[in-house]
Amino acid sequence: METKNLTCIVCPVGCSLTVTLDGDKVVSVTGNTCKRGEAYGIAECTAPTRVLTSTVRVEGGTAPFVSVKSKEAIPKGMLFEAMEAVNKITLHAPCAIGDVVIEDLCGSGIPLVTTKGVKKR
Amino acid sequence: METLDLVIVGGGPAGMAAALGAYEEGIRKMLILDREPQLGGILEQCIHNGFGLHRFGEELTGPEYADRYIQKVTELQIPYRLQTMVLNIHMAEDRDKLITAVNEEDGLFTVKAKAVVLAMGCRERNRGALNTPGTRPAGIYTAGAAQKFVNIKGYMPGKKVVILGSGDIGLIMARRMTLEGAKVEAVCEIQPYSGGLTRNIVQCLEDFDIPLLLSHTITQIHGKKRVTGVTIAQVDERKNPIPGTERYIECDTVLLSVGLIPENELSLGAGVQLDGVTGGALVDETRQTSLPGVFACGNVLHVHDLVDYVSEESDLAGRNAAKYIRHQKAEATIQRKITASGGVRYVIPQTIHLPVTEDQRFYFRVGDIYNKVKITVKSGDEVLYQKGKAKVVPGEMESVAIKADVLNRAGADLEVTLVQEGK
Repeated sequence: METKNLTCIVCPVGCSLTVTLDGDKVVSVTGNTCKRGEAYGIAECTAPTRVLTSTVRVEGGTAPFVSVKSKEAIPKGMLFEAMEAVNKITLHAPCAIGDVVIEDLCGSGIPLVTTKGVKKR
Repeated sequence: METLDLVIVGGGPAGMAAALGAYEEGIRKMLILDREPQLGGILEQCIHNGFGLHRFGEELTGPEYADRYIQKVTELQIPYRLQTMVLNIHMAEDRDKLITAVNEEDGLFTVKAKAVVLAMGCRERNRGALNTPGTRPAGIYTAGAAQKFVNIKGYMPGKKVVILGSGDIGLIMARRMTLEGAKVEAVCEIQPYSGGLTRNIVQCLEDFDIPLLLSHTITQIHGKKRVTGVTIAQVDERKNPIPGTERYIECDTVLLSVGLIPENELSLGAGVQLDGVTGGALVDETRQTSLPGVFACGNVLHVHDLVDYVSEESDLAGRNAAKYIRHQKAEATIQRKITASGGVRYVIPQTIHLPVTEDQRFYFRVGDIYNKVKITVKSGDEVLYQKGKAKVVPGEMESVAIKADVLNRAGADLEVTLVQEGK
């Protein structure tokens, strides 16, 4: 049995979690104050994920860039590969908040969406 | 002259929440003034996620959080003027307030209002405030300025970065610049603990193996035209660099994340009394300042770590501004001071009028890391409230909720303090 101490990053409360592992299997998560904390503890020790936020170039808009995010968390190891994909894209104004920019971000099955709108110039 | 019920200075999360709070209390003749070309304030450039978990029960990015409020303000047709700089707030003899502002369309104009909500936010401490020795080359930015360059303008401020201070914006920018291809060499924090949220240490530094050097500071900035490097050193308990611990780090950029200052020039001009610790106004339980009908909320009142709490506080300020406008005089007659002691740096509000009809929440920040404490609210020698807490840290705002009837029993001024467990 192995234990790992983590700080939960699901929300700003930042609970101190203790995850007990038996090999690759999570036996228990303690220290969390909500259900999301338990899920984070399990995921962090088995398949850590993060939400990616960045910006994408926009042509013909009132702003030169629009902010984007992966709609759900993607595998942590995929962040830099995803950044490469994100930086290749150029959108054309207008775009609305929630527009899908990439349907499937680097094969994660998670879409990249805009997090603000940009009007046409 | 245009005569209104309420003018709100600032259209960020605080200003918008105050406007919506006042609207729900029936106020219609109001106006939000903001110097930026869009509503939303600083959230516009905070493209990372983690906003709104308390308020909306989901994790939003800054622009998405702002959009929720912008949609409501637009839907309810609450008037606002953008790219408008408020120059002066003046108390007229009849207790009305005269707000003078300027913009391209209207030129210089003055509006009259029964009440004002101050929601101007805060600004960053800069190099001048630190007196960091060295040359004055290009490449030194506050973390928020760098955030605007990267996220709004699309420019990278540099390739090799050292960050001074572990405030949240600095941590967020360490990750952001790393993702965009820069190398963040280190984050130096003069305190023995981080000033940022723990979750940001984990997901912005640890995820990318960026060293967090506690009890370290920059003792020299090098470079003629552009930053070429910094000398860092460990500091002792008195924050003085320890000779022999100096180390040179090559870099082309220095980001400063060394604290935020409530932006209260307008408040001071109007005659609002400020708290020496928070840098914001002294307020009562309604978030009214020392001037009747002038309210303050959000980061202009005290620096928050979570926007969710800014919204909550501003909603309260807006609702109370509405009550003031409607001349709903409170029954309260006794005024009690609320002071901070025993490790607590400050408490918001600083005064309370009793009796209160609603339960109250006091917000405070501690000056150091304390383990196993009892957060204690006293009235004279009488303990009104006590709550155990495993750990309190300066980077995270704390609060206590106290029942109205308990407060109404208070026979003396109030004090929020920490008692070490077991004593």
